[in-house]
Amino acid sequence: MGEKVFMKGNEALGEAAVRSGCRLFFGYPITPASELAEYMAYRLPQVGGVFIQAESEVAASNMIYGAGAAGKYAMTASSSPGVSLMQEAISYMAGAEVPAVIINLIRGGPGLGDIQPAQSDYFQAVKGGGHGDYRNLVYAPSTLQEAVDLMPMLFQNAFKYRMLAMMVVDGLVGQMMEAVEFKYDIDPDSIPVPDWALSGKKMHGGKKNVNTSLELDPNKLAEHNFKLFEKYQKVYENERMFEAFELEEPDIDVMIVAYGTAARIIKTAVKNLRAKGYKVGLFRPITLWPFPDKELKEYAEKTEHILTVEMSMGQLIEDVKLSIFDPNKKYHLMPYPGGIVPTPKEVEDKVIEILKGGAK
Amino acid sequence: MLKDVIFAGFGGQGVMVAGQILAKAAMEKGYYSTWLPSYGPEQRGGTANCTVMISDEPIASPLTHAPTYCVIFNNPSFQKFEPMAREGGVFIYNTSMITEKPTRDDVTYIGIAATELAEGMGSVKATNMILLGALTYFLQDVVSLDDIIAAMREKLGKKKPELADLNEQALRKGFELASEQAKK
Repeated sequence: MGEKVFMKGNEALGEAAVRSGCRLFFGYPITPASELAEYMAYRLPQVGGVFIQAESEVAASNMIYGAGAAGKYAMTASSSPGVSLMQEAISYMAGAEVPAVIINLIRGGPGLGDIQPAQSDYFQAVKGGGHGDYRNLVYAPSTLQEAVDLMPMLFQNAFKYRMLAMMVVDGLVGQMMEAVEFKYDIDPDSIPVPDWALSGKKMHGGKKNVNTSLELDPNKLAEHNFKLFEKYQKVYENERMFEAFELEEPDIDVMIVAYGTAARIIKTAVKNLRAKGYKVGLFRPITLWPFPDKELKEYAEKTEHILTVEMSMGQLIEDVKLSIFDPNKKYHLMPYPGGIVPTPKEVEDKVIEILKGGAK
Repeated sequence: MLKDVIFAGFGGQGVMVAGQILAKAAMEKGYYSTWLPSYGPEQRGGTANCTVMISDEPIASPLTHAPTYCVIFNNPSFQKFEPMAREGGVFIYNTSMITEKPTRDDVTYIGIAATELAEGMGSVKATNMILLGALTYFLQDVVSLDDIIAAMREKLGKKKPELADLNEQALRKGFELASEQAKK
């Protein structure tokens, strides 16, 4: 442990889940996420785990629903069209308060789209996607190492709050090989069985557990919804994560907001612009829900110009505007739809254009 | 410092593994490195390529739009990457497979009949190692030939130890030919 290995992103994500204590993976192959399932098919039997290739994404997501209801760490991974098929189970799990981990290696859409890296499932991940009022924990690492470092937290927080934890990365992270270090190896036997788990009456002193999303009495269902949102409020208070990069000075020319691969690329643009004397920084949400709104608003006080760069058509920028909630700021958007990845040069040119007053 | 390299050729020519060996060798030397394959909708016998980035600081983007170093295995890849190659860069290509002729005067061309040479050494499979050896000559400020040989042995030596000696010979041959051509 602790040694750097050179691994493909999808395989490292699988290994991270295993080392987080996950022994159950149910999935259905799809580019660019297939190697994750392939790795789990190889790795889980070695550690006494179970891999099942489900007949569809609908089935795979209902299998993690079942495994989560039994109080076990379970995971599935897919890419955009596959995650769309999982929305039914995601909504049911939110209603039944069943935890699990889903990884979405986002590809270009809508529809079947293409198989190139994208961030266009932002709304689906953070605003719902399935029916009903609910929230998911949504983590958006910008490097493979960060994704690996976050993985135990996804499982732990999913179980702590009894809700779904989702990791959204793009196809690039899954396909790329990079050095990665695993700093943990959690024994699944050390993970306590929750008292709500369907693990046999005997384990809970004869108490019968029921995990369901069905509640026909509207008063009781309303009460359940209020209870869920009290929980989400706690999550909002405790779990917001972000990185402020080169945002120390009291005055900033332009603050860029981006997450994931886009943010990784923008760090180069920020360094290059700084070398030319521009005071530019990056605000990078690490959790997309809960969104680090208070923190973003604080940093926005330092600047007039806020530039959102996203590999989608203007989804992240909605949360940026809602967080800052100030009509006197100037909001700029660089959208990259369809699987196109920004280059540092394009972002540098845009920032210079904004400061010359040419951009709207 | 940032080194950006493209390896491109037909699927099956060892394009991907050549890039992986370079990226791994750089990592072992303490550099940051990334390896990114093209994973588009490819057809069998079609083209495949990978991008390797090496830097002494964290790598922001694993993509390059103007590679400084190109290692080219076939005609379609020559046509695709020759116009993209960075001014002042190095363009290594396999003359056994490539009939295209160089058209630019701002790029250093290294043409090597790698497939024929590999065949002469005992296996066409060593073609990629000849070209990787040639590339190594131009990357010595980052990785030495010995570093590449060590990474190759770790990557390929376990499965087929009998091929490791041939691959080492091929790496050395490519390195030697590149140094001869570069000095001209």
